Amino acid sequence: MTSVMVSRIRRQQIAQLIADGKRLDGRGQKDYRPIQIESGIIGKAEGSARVRLGKTEVMVGIKIDLGEPFSDRPNEGVLTTNAEFVPLASPEFEAGPPGEESMELARVVDRGIRESKAIDLEKLCIVPGKKVFVVFVDVYVLNHDGNLIDASTLASIVALMNTKIFKYELKDGEVEKKPGFSPLPLKDIPISVTFASINGKLVVDPWLDEEEVMEARLTMAFSKDGRICAIQKGGAGILSPQQIVEAVNIAKEKTEELRKIVVKS
Amino acid sequence: MTEKISLINKEGIRTDGRKLSELRPIKLEVGILSNADGSAYIEQGKNKILAAVYGPREVHPRHMALPDKALLRCRYHMAPFSVEERKSPAPSRREIELSKVIREAFEPAIFLEKFPRTSIDIFIEVLQADGGTRCAGVTVASLALADAGIPMKDLIVACAAGKAEGQMVLDLNDIEDKEGEADVPVAYMPSFDAVSLLQMDGLLTTEEFQQAINLALDGCKQIYVLQKEALKAKYQAIKEAAEVPEEE
Repeated sequence: MTSVMVSRIRRQQIAQLIADGKRLDGRGQKDYRPIQIESGIIGKAEGSARVRLGKTEVMVGIKIDLGEPFSDRPNEGVLTTNAEFVPLASPEFEAGPPGEESMELARVVDRGIRESKAIDLEKLCIVPGKKVFVVFVDVYVLNHDGNLIDASTLASIVALMNTKIFKYELKDGEVEKKPGFSPLPLKDIPISVTFASINGKLVVDPWLDEEEVMEARLTMAFSKDGRICAIQKGGAGILSPQQIVEAVNIAKEKTEELRKIVVKS
Repeated sequence: MTEKISLINKEGIRTDGRKLSELRPIKLEVGILSNADGSAYIEQGKNKILAAVYGPREVHPRHMALPDKALLRCRYHMAPFSVEERKSPAPSRREIELSKVIREAFEPAIFLEKFPRTSIDIFIEVLQADGGTRCAGVTVASLALADAGIPMKDLIVACAAGKAEGQMVLDLNDIEDKEGEADVPVAYMPSFDAVSLLQMDGLLTTEEFQQAINLALDGCKQIYVLQKEALKAKYQAIKEAAEVPEEE
């Protein structure tokens, strides 16, 4: 049933409606699809979440491991983000090594978390230069119906919010696990808002058909204090400087709304 | 721990002697590789980057060919010796992402529909990296495309702006990129006032972001002039070479 191919007549319809300020699925320019958030659904993972954004569905699992810090950041834990386009999520996804789309998704999600300094990485240092906690954020796309970036960012931050780290003791430089957990030290809740530019008009949270029609995609992530922490333009089209300003204003407003939903969950 | 170096001194001068809104010295050369259909070289500060364009040519593998337009491919790659610590020559996740965003930056500028079933391949090799390589890479690849005679709506020019030690700066170098607070690379088509690549990392208020964009676009417009001069210089050199025998 689902196919990514969008017929020419449907393309015209989508573009025409957007030119009139409407959308094919009845949403307004700044409306998100219904958001459902479940957290802590994978017991084996230190943190987890599932987010449904309309029909798009993304799961994120957080695993915590011990590892070595980067040589230029000896006092900080390590954050690693990976995204998997699981073949069951779309007829377009194939098993195999990660493609550039999934790599971009992982890097944009990572950028939002990293640049907002959401995780207090210095608190994840055990022995400076030798031993630190490594936080693996694994984004698992389960159903692709557009706007994977926002769904993945939401799921990642919810998963990080319920992540627990095992307590430990240092014995002769060796880490010994102790019973009990403490929460992952979080300082911020970055939220991203993604736009599609269709016939030069911006709409938030594009679904798959709109993504097929869009000329360009623009993602902006904001930190808690209303500062921009990540931007990524995608797609083979152009944006005017005025559109970028418009996007900043809408994104700022929308990220505050979305953050309230995340905090409530 | 190493002592924290100051990026900007009291007079508003940066580590490499520049003012806040000053570009690094830029040297551009067009047509420097004989095998490629088009090629160019850029030095921007300590950045040294080569770009070559092959095509329009037959697509390999053939099933990738598009029936209605040319297939545009781009590879941004850093030489193992281009950075302080040897970089593995295998493409990193960063390089794969940059290759994608650079390709997407060029797509709106090239008349791809003129060359169905062919491919146009852009190769960007960073020989020495000093911050802002994706932007310099776009600037130089644009010249290589023009040198290959590929019809384009406009040259694409790219430049970054950002924030270092609380001040907005143009064209960040390596230290400013690493130690600074934010980096906003922008690629731009000046004749259309259109942005075709936009990224940001770091933290900026919306007002600061606005300043950064304006600063970057300003830098783009300056480099655009240099790009056009470099393209003309190649033909000027050919013309002068042709004129020599007449003196006999």
